[in-house]
Amino acid sequence: MSKHVLSLLVEDKPGLLTRVAGLFSRRGFNIESLAVGTSEIEGLSRITVVVGVEGAPLEQVTKQLNKLINVIKIVELDAETAVQRDHMLIKVKTDASTRSAVLEAVTLFRARVIDVVSDALIIEVTGDTAKCAAFIKVLEPFGIKELVQSGVLAMGRGSKSITEKVLK
Amino acid sequence: MANEVLTGAEAIVRSLELLGIEHIFGLPGGAILPTYDPLMDSKKIRHILVRHEQGAGHAAEGYASASGKLGVCIATSGPGATNLVTAIADAYMDSVPLLAITGQVGSKLIGTDAFQEADIVGITMPITKHSFLVTKAADVPATIAAAVMIATTGRPGPVLVDITKDAQQGKAEFVWPPVIDLPGYKPVTKPHGKQIQAAASLIAESKRPVLYVGGGVVRAGAHKELLKLAELIGAPVVTTLMARGAFPDSHKQNLGMPGMHGTVPAVTALQKSDLLITLGARFDDRVTGDVKGFATGAKVIHVDIDPAEIGKIRFADVPIVGDAKEVITELNQELSALLKKGQPDLGEWWTFLDGLVERYPLGYTHVEDGKLSPQHVITRIGELSGPEAIYAAGVGQHQMWSAQFIKYERPNSWLNSGGAGTMGYSVPAAMGAKVGQPDRLVWAIDGDGCFQMTNQELATCAINNIPIKVAIINNSSLGMVRQWQTLFYNERYSNTDLNTGTDTIMIPDFVKLAEAYGCLAIRVEKEEDIDKAIKLAIETNDRPVVIDFIVSRDAMVWPMVAAGLTNDEVQYARDAAPVWDGIE
Ligand SMILES: Cc1ncc(C[n+]2csc(CCOP(=O)(O)OP(=O)(O)O)c2C)c(N)n1
Ligand SMILES: [Mg+2]
Repeated sequence: MSKHVLSLLVEDKPGLLTRVAGLFSRRGFNIESLAVGTSEIEGLSRITVVVGVEGAPLEQVTKQLNKLINVIKIVELDAETAVQRDHMLIKVKTDASTRSAVLEAVTLFRARVIDVVSDALIIEVTGDTAKCAAFIKVLEPFGIKELVQSGVLAMGRGSKSITEKVLK
Repeated sequence: MANEVLTGAEAIVRSLELLGIEHIFGLPGGAILPTYDPLMDSKKIRHILVRHEQGAGHAAEGYASASGKLGVCIATSGPGATNLVTAIADAYMDSVPLLAITGQVGSKLIGTDAFQEADIVGITMPITKHSFLVTKAADVPATIAAAVMIATTGRPGPVLVDITKDAQQGKAEFVWPPVIDLPGYKPVTKPHGKQIQAAASLIAESKRPVLYVGGGVVRAGAHKELLKLAELIGAPVVTTLMARGAFPDSHKQNLGMPGMHGTVPAVTALQKSDLLITLGARFDDRVTGDVKGFATGAKVIHVDIDPAEIGKIRFADVPIVGDAKEVITELNQELSALLKKGQPDLGEWWTFLDGLVERYPLGYTHVEDGKLSPQHVITRIGELSGPEAIYAAGVGQHQMWSAQFIKYERPNSWLNSGGAGTMGYSVPAAMGAKVGQPDRLVWAIDGDGCFQMTNQELATCAINNIPIKVAIINNSSLGMVRQWQTLFYNERYSNTDLNTGTDTIMIPDFVKLAEAYGCLAIRVEKEEDIDKAIKLAIETNDRPVVIDFIVSRDAMVWPMVAAGLTNDEVQYARDAAPVWDGIE
C-alpha cells in the first residue's frame, strides 16, 4: 500500500466532512489520517488527508473527491515539495528516577513539556511522521499512558498558495 | 422596484415555475404541507398525487427518461422521504436528472428525534449527485435553482433538497434570478483537441473497431452524431441495456446488446475487437463479465462526461472527457478529413461478424407446457406498437426479453432500471413517461413479481387520466431468480413461486385487481388471442389497460454469460456455446 498526502480546498458547508469520509468508505479507499480546519479565506476550509492506496489508483480517489460539489480543489503534496507535520500529545509515566531521562528525550526531539504532576508528564511534539514515530519509540519503555494526535498537516513550499488560482 | 415578499413555500412553487417545471409527482404530509397550499393555486405546475412515494420517484424518472427533461418528485419528512430512497438510488445509477424535494421538521427540532424526523440528507448522501438542507426562506430560490442546475448538467443525476417546515413558513424577499454560487462545480463538456486527434488516428488504424455505446449517448441526445460516426467508420455498433435505441436496430451495423444476455455477435465483437470506441458507457460488470478476460486484445478510446468513469474499470488508451454530443461532433470532423486519405479496410472483420449474425441470431425455443412463449408476446407488442411507442420494463426475464425482442429505432423509447435493477420501476415509470409524452403509446412490460411492488399507481393512472398499457408477463414466479436456480442450484426452487398463474390459487387475480383499479383488464392464455388483446389495448384510451399474459415459467433468457465467467464463455442456449472461427 502506498501513502499519499492530499490537500483539499472545500466549501465550509454542513455535512461536508460526512460527504468526504463517506466517499472514502463507500469506494473502499483507506483514510490514514484526516485534519480539518478553516483556511485563510472565510467560508473555505482545508482538509489534509493521508490516503492509503491499494488496488484502486490514487487517480480514482481524486476524481471521485472532485465530484463532490463542495470540493473546490485537490492537490497532492509530496514530501519534496511540501512540508508535512504531525502534532501529538503524549502522557508519559514518570517518577523521580525516570524524569530526567524523559526530559532529555524531550530536549533531543525538540518537544515540550506542557503539564507536570508527580507521576506523569504531558509532552507536546510536532514533526514529520517519522520523527514522531521515533519519539514514541523512545518514550515507550517509560510507559505511555495516553496518546492523542492530529492528522498530518501539509502545505506546499514556496510563496504560492492553492487558493490563489481558484478564487480569481 | 422592491422585490415581492413570499413565504418559503410560495418561493418553492414560484422557483419551480420559473425554472419551467410543469409536472410534479408527490404525496403530502405534515412537514411539506405549507408547500402543498400554494401548489394548489399554481397554473403552471400540474401535481400528480401518487399512492406511494416510490411511485413518485420512479414516475419522475420515467418522465425524465422519456422526455429528456428534469423529473421532479416531492414528499414529506421521515417515511415520506425514505420511501423516495429506492427511486433516488435508481436515478443515481442510471444518471437520471431528478429533483427530489422533501419537507423536514422545523429547524429547531432537528436532532431531537422529532415526529417524522429522518436525516434524509445523510441517508441519501451516497446516492445523490448532491443534496441541500434549507433552513431559511431566503435560501429557497438559490437552492432550488442550484439543485436543478446540478441535476441537469454534466453527468445528470438526482439532487435532493430537504426544506424545514419553518423555512417554508418563513417570509423573505423573492430574488430572481438568484445568484448560484457553486465554485466547485464545473463540468467539462468540450473535449481536448489533442485527444480527438489521437482517437481519430487510432480509429483510422484499427482493423476490428467496435462502437461500444452506453446510456450517456442517450442522455446527451447524441444519437444523430453517433449515426454519422458509425457510418463514417463503417464499424459495428453494440448498444448496452441503457443505450437500446441510441442507434437504430434496423441499421445493418447494429449487432444488438452486449453483456450477460447480449447477442452472440455483440458479445463476440467486443471480445475480438482491437479497438473499443467507448461512448458514454462505463464497463459495467454485466457488460464485461470477468473484466480480466474482457476484450483482451483491444485498445480503448473512452468518452465520458464524468472523468471518474474513465480508467475506473478499464485502462483508457485515449481518455476523452466531454459531452458525448460535442465529442462525437468533433470526432466526426476530424475523421472526415482523415479518412479522405483512405478508409480502413474492415472487410475481414465484417466477414467474421456477418458469419456470427447468420449463425447465431436471437431466437428462442417454444415451450411445451401449453402456455404462451413470453418472447413471442413481447415481440408482438413491439411489432404492433412500433418504434414511436415507449416501453418501460420491470426487472427480470421480461426485462431482458423486452431489451432483446423489441426493435428500438429511437432514443428514449426504452426505459428500464439498468444499474440498480429495481423491481417495481415499470408501472410508475410508464406513468411518468405518459405524462411527459402524452401523445405516445406507452407500455409497461412488467413481471408478475415486479407488478406487485408498485401496481397501486394504477389508481393514480386511472384517476388522472393517464392511459398506460401494462403487459404482465405472468410466469407465476420470480422468473429470473428461478432461472438461476434452474441453472446453478440444481432446480431447487427456493421461494420463487408466486402463485399468480392460472393453474395456481391465483393470488392475486390480476384481472380482478386491475378491474378494481378502474382499468380495462384482459387475460390472454392462447396464442391466437395475443394480437387481439394488444390491439384492443392500443385502441383503448379512456382508461389504463392491463393484460395478464399467462406465459410458461420454463422459458429462459438466452444467450447468457454466467456471473463471474469471461465473455468467451457465452452460451446461446443451455450447454450450447457458439463456435468462433476465422479470427484470432
Ligand atoms: C427490489 C428488488 N428485489 C429483488 C430483486 C431480485 N430480483 C431480480 S429479478 C427478480 C424476479 C422478478 O420477477 P418478475 O417480476 O416476475 O419477473 P420475471 O423474471 O419473472 O420476468 C428478482 C426477485 C430485485 N431486482 N429488485
Ligand atoms: Mg415472473
